[in-house]
Amino acid sequence: MKYLKALIMVAFAVLLIYAASDLPYRGDPDNRMNQERSMINTPVAGSYYIEHAYHDAHTPNIVTVVLGDYRGVDTFGEQIVIFTAGMITMLVLRRSRRRNS
Amino acid sequence: MRSQFNSPIIVLGARFLAPYIMVFGLYVIFHGHYSPGGGFQGGALLAAAILLIRVATGRRVSRLQLKEFATTPLAVIGVVIYFATGLTAMIAGGYFLDYGQLPIPGMDPVWLRYTGILIIEVGVGLAVTAILVMIFDNMVKGEDYA
Repeated sequence: MKYLKALIMVAFAVLLIYAASDLPYRGDPDNRMNQERSMINTPVAGSYYIEHAYHDAHTPNIVTVVLGDYRGVDTFGEQIVIFTAGMITMLVLRRSRRRNS
Repeated sequence: MRSQFNSPIIVLGARFLAPYIMVFGLYVIFHGHYSPGGGFQGGALLAAAILLIRVATGRRVSRLQLKEFATTPLAVIGVVIYFATGLTAMIAGGYFLDYGQLPIPGMDPVWLRYTGILIIEVGVGLAVTAILVMIFDNMVKGEDYA
């Protein structure tokens, strides 16, 4: 059983390394993620962010503009997730205390 | 948390370190427009400052700092700040979370978006701080009564 686990882990590592060898080189300007237009010739959102972020919100940090403004609903969802986590700990831990006492 | 540290060195170290962590957390929240940072990271730092005092000095001192029942309303206030900002923009005639429509007089839409990002970062930071402290308090309380 121990050898089976080790074999599965090695096989998984080999799979990941094989998949990583197919990734594009970092910093290559011809990569698809650096293109202004995608495969089906529509404009990519990332180039719009880089070009217009400062003029839209006067914020030098593009990440803040993307998180707070362009994808504000997404950040709101993340905040709801954290809020839900806190509520769940409150429900689980406080109720167990009352039942024991 | 029944047992607490009686060492004055640890208490003094925590008392020395906590205000600086708190100031750095506020810096990370409010300087998120110019440097890496934002509501989540700054809220985590503020919570770290509060939890350092809680771990080092026990329950009696931490009650003076941030009471246990105050964490849940603070988290709700943080979420409501975010939601109310989006809703105000929607009432004023834009889309949900369209900060350019916020009804603040004397500002053009670009600076309104700047301000709107700052407001929601404050809301996120408040909620994250309160939630992390709340999780710690609940786990400690469950440990005490189990």
